[in-house]
Amino acid sequence: MDTLSSLADGFVIALTWQNLLLALLGCFLGTIMGALPGLGPSNGVAILIPLAFTLGLGATPSLILLTSVYYGAMYGGRISSILLNIPGDEPAMMTCLDGYPMAQKGQAGEALSLSGIASFVGAFLATWGLILLAPQLVKIALLFGPAEYFALFTLAFATLGGVASTNQAKTAFAAALGIGLAMVGVDTQTGVPRFTFGEVHLYDGIDFLVAIVGLFALSEVFIFLEHRHGNSDAAGKKVEIGRLMPSWAMLKYCTPTMLRTSLLGFLAGVLPGAGASLGSFISYSMEKRLVDKEGTFGTGDPRGVAAPEAGNNAAAGGALVPMLALGVPGSGTTAVLLAVLLALNITPGPLLFTQQPDVVWGLIAALFIANFMLLALNIPMIGMFTRILLIPPRILMPIVAMVSFVGIYGISGSSFDLLVMVGFGIMGWVLRKLDVPLVPVILGTLLGNAMESNLRRAISIDNGDWWTLIDSPLSASLWAVAVIGFVLPIVLGKVLKGRIKMAKDEEGSVTD
Amino acid sequence: MSDRIFGAIGLLLAAGYAWAALIIEESFLSDAVGPKAFPLIIAVVLALASLAIFLKPDADPHWPSLGRLLEIFAAGGVMVVYALALPELGFVIATALAAGYLTWRLGSGALGSVATGICTSLGIYVVFHLVLGLSLAKGPLGF
Repeated sequence: MDTLSSLADGFVIALTWQNLLLALLGCFLGTIMGALPGLGPSNGVAILIPLAFTLGLGATPSLILLTSVYYGAMYGGRISSILLNIPGDEPAMMTCLDGYPMAQKGQAGEALSLSGIASFVGAFLATWGLILLAPQLVKIALLFGPAEYFALFTLAFATLGGVASTNQAKTAFAAALGIGLAMVGVDTQTGVPRFTFGEVHLYDGIDFLVAIVGLFALSEVFIFLEHRHGNSDAAGKKVEIGRLMPSWAMLKYCTPTMLRTSLLGFLAGVLPGAGASLGSFISYSMEKRLVDKEGTFGTGDPRGVAAPEAGNNAAAGGALVPMLALGVPGSGTTAVLLAVLLALNITPGPLLFTQQPDVVWGLIAALFIANFMLLALNIPMIGMFTRILLIPPRILMPIVAMVSFVGIYGISGSSFDLLVMVGFGIMGWVLRKLDVPLVPVILGTLLGNAMESNLRRAISIDNGDWWTLIDSPLSASLWAVAVIGFVLPIVLGKVLKGRIKMAKDEEGSVTD
Repeated sequence: MSDRIFGAIGLLLAAGYAWAALIIEESFLSDAVGPKAFPLIIAVVLALASLAIFLKPDADPHWPSLGRLLEIFAAGGVMVVYALALPELGFVIATALAAGYLTWRLGSGALGSVATGICTSLGIYVVFHLVLGLSLAKGPLGF
């Protein structure tokens, strides 16, 4: 009952005209960004954070805008999967398998709206899961001292590569690079400058927003330049949308699938190191094994569209649980959302629920609102979104670059930050070429300082004894999970990645 | 091969980082750990990761040809010039030039590039400055 009344309060905060308008704008922009190949949820939110920030929006309105973009991008990713067989973002990859064959059979409209409904079901159920699970996790988190927090941060970094990671050394490199960058600036506890090399601009440290926008948005521009990939993928491919609403029979047929995969996706999202891509992969493979008796999966089975979409949107909701309750994100997009919170001077974690309940419940209410809006927006306006896919990157990418510059310039008004951002853009491009994941770099710049201060606090409390880090059962078990989480992918990673690829290749040979 | 070079650079980076950490001046008021310890741990992790990358390299990525590589650095250079020119030229002119350059290099024709550059710049100016009230760089002409 307590939860419900808090939720009602949240709706009171979220339901103002300004916030509804922001949610609508966010959903709209998010869907576009998710649909366009090359602009995923992380990129989309990253570009908009500095803008929301410089526009002087308050905490709750900014959160509403940006979470709507996040959910919108998760919805939008499927559009190009279904119509073009090109995933708009990584989690939407599995949707290609049955979505594109459906489109070829002239059922594109049905596939799009069915996947929209599946996304809605997944995200809706996951938001309820968030409401129920997060407060429980908060209760555990309140037992955490600095030593446990340090272990938890290590755990987050160790598992960030995910179960499907191929090269853990590169993940570790990226994390260390990010944390190392966070050390730049005046040390908060002793006041001595570190790694500044006498440059006054560096005394404040490197703004993580500069790093995020450079690494995500600008490096994307460089990738497009590298391939001189200036023409739209949609050009020359004309797809008949067909009827828009799926029949009731089809919906009923897919309902058990959606419910099962929502649960599975949510769990995958909550667990560290899994994230939305794995959520959609597991959902698809489980459904295939469970209900695919006639071997129709991969040839345009509607359940094969519903399963990964419900799974990945549920995982997106599930990933918010550790981010809000512990302040430790488990995936790339939630890392970017953490940046949103930090930019607004809100520190997520157990205290957020007790000290700033209006932010938490306003956010949760915003998720519900965004969800309904996306459903309403996606089904009738799908034709418009498909037309947006025709915008060629040679026009789009310069706009992305310039808007990134505008946002960062708006924060500081100095050219120095812009130069640092260009540096991050080039670095991001090189790292991507070398297959080094960028998310640990981001997470490192975000969490590095908190990680260090927890370490120093823990050891100072125990008069300089370093063993204090592992002497409570809670922190010892966190360390154990961290070690297992880091080592396991070295064994399992290749197998899993191979299977995802194989599923995709099999599909390719069927459609071609 | 790429990964070997990457690993070697990573090791150098770790060494440089450790050196920069060691020369941090400690203040007389310090906690038990001090400002050096954590950066040194990070330097060790960085070094170990680089060593692992060096010893067990992945297959080479597909590097672009020299021309494409120059293209990327030229674009980076244009962005640097753009950042420095913003306060001198003002937002509208600088942005039109930079956006025009980028769209040209991505394959727009000459006329299209000029048009895209100007439209992008004016569009952003109208939306972000006139409508949303964001402060953009002001040049000598006031826009």
